[in-house]
Amino acid sequence: MPGQFKKVRRPPDNWRVRSYLPAILHGLWITAHHFFRNLFIFTAHRFGLLKRVRAGVVYQWPEEPRPVAPRYRGRHRLLKRPDGTPRCVACYMCETICPAECIHIIPQEVPDPFIEKAPRAFYIDLSKCIFCGYCVEACPEDAIRMDVFDFRLAGYDRFQMVLDMETMLNSEPSHPSQ
Amino acid sequence: MQTFLIEVGKALYLFGGLMGLASILTWLERKQSALMQDRVGANRARILGLRLWGLPHIITDAVKLLTKEDFVPAGVPAWLHALAPWVTLTVACLPAAAIPFGHVFPWGGQTIDLQLMDMQVGLVYTLAIASMAIYGVILAGWVTRNKWSVLGSLRAAAQLIGFGVVLGVSLIGPVLLYGTLNLQEMVRWQDTTVLHGWLPRWGIFFQPLAFLVFLTVGIAETKRIPFDLPEGESEIIGYFLEYSGMKFGAFFLADFIETVVVAMLTVTVFLGGWSVPYLSADQGGFVWPWGTYTAVSSVGIALLQMAAFWVKVFAVCWFLLLIRWTLPRFRIDQAVRLGWQYLLPLSVLNAFGTAVVLLMIGR
Repeated sequence: MPGQFKKVRRPPDNWRVRSYLPAILHGLWITAHHFFRNLFIFTAHRFGLLKRVRAGVVYQWPEEPRPVAPRYRGRHRLLKRPDGTPRCVACYMCETICPAECIHIIPQEVPDPFIEKAPRAFYIDLSKCIFCGYCVEACPEDAIRMDVFDFRLAGYDRFQMVLDMETMLNSEPSHPSQ
Repeated sequence: MQTFLIEVGKALYLFGGLMGLASILTWLERKQSALMQDRVGANRARILGLRLWGLPHIITDAVKLLTKEDFVPAGVPAWLHALAPWVTLTVACLPAAAIPFGHVFPWGGQTIDLQLMDMQVGLVYTLAIASMAIYGVILAGWVTRNKWSVLGSLRAAAQLIGFGVVLGVSLIGPVLLYGTLNLQEMVRWQDTTVLHGWLPRWGIFFQPLAFLVFLTVGIAETKRIPFDLPEGESEIIGYFLEYSGMKFGAFFLADFIETVVVAMLTVTVFLGGWSVPYLSADQGGFVWPWGTYTAVSSVGIALLQMAAFWVKVFAVCWFLLLIRWTLPRFRIDQAVRLGWQYLLPLSVLNAFGTAVVLLMIGR
């Protein structure tokens, strides 16, 4: 719109700014302030004082567990029916929606006419999984959840990165939302 | 024989202090930067289960560097390749020889002069040796036949020679003030008080501009951030690009030794060297500005002064690390322009002003 403008004040460009000295001193003040604050708090911690105040932002993992957000998507877990059989009906919803194609289900028939189908084997390749949570959203039976808070997912070869049905059925939820 | 033993003892004391402080600086650099950035810093290495605030990392660093592959590029004369770190390390250590690390120590009827080389031209000697630091850097870059190393060496040449000039000129003011080139004499001049005994007569209070310029140039001479253009690890890796193992470690350690040496020189010229505020050797104790007096034995005075020297050097090293972890790096054109266009005229102006003032007050 003509006539409407905001006049921006340029930062001053004088010898004080050009000499960099005020800016350098200000920067040194900031870093020195952090140094002495953290030094004081770390020393106090050593004498058992001021334990509620954190010095620095680092979590000393694995000695010190990290806090987990309630929405954190952790490792997968398969839920069981009251009689101990898997809730999963091998409908392939999760395998179909999985964008990383890391879920692999081998179905089998079950005698119960109200269930009809269940997985014989259920594999999730964690080295492919992108932890998007689509499988949890897609599941019509609430049979899969991502509430095992364990991010120490590592293996010496790719086969160790594959979760099988036994592991997932026997996992306990350790997520703070449970 | 006894004189010889005393000289060897002094050399071991100074060299051990220099190397020890340089080693501690590798630890301090990590811990201090960590605290400044709200981190914890290296603390995983341990001795018998003791972490000791990460101090064992000094040893693990050395072990790691010693056991790494010592790679020499094809077509490079091995002895020249090995010579460069030695030159750098030696030249980095040498200026400390002229630094007085204490006044005198009473030892069984005689007094030991606490300085390795009592030279009348001590300051000129340190500056001359400091200007030789460029040889190791040029050799390292040139002999390894790597264009990035050569670029680093050329930057180092442009920077160190330019700032070397300023280094000398910035000290003209203090030299005029003290009227001597002898570093021990300089500290003796500062070992008293002014303003009715309240203010120590340290050079920084009389030559603040020279102090500022000298500190800036001193940081540039150590080739560390914000003047780490010869290294420039984000772009050219620098003159020691083709070095590995302990040969690289020698360059790395040389930077820390230079930091300590610059701190020693700063302390000697501007911060009163070994002098303890209000402690007078002639009066045999502390003469406090409010009129009271605390007697100290002559050995106690010597020990206090030797301790004061290291405390001051450590404090200046801390400040140099604070600057290193606060400021970003200059570009090479900015650094060279800063040296030649701003710092050199400033130091000439300071020398001129000091001379005029000294003439006016008739010294």
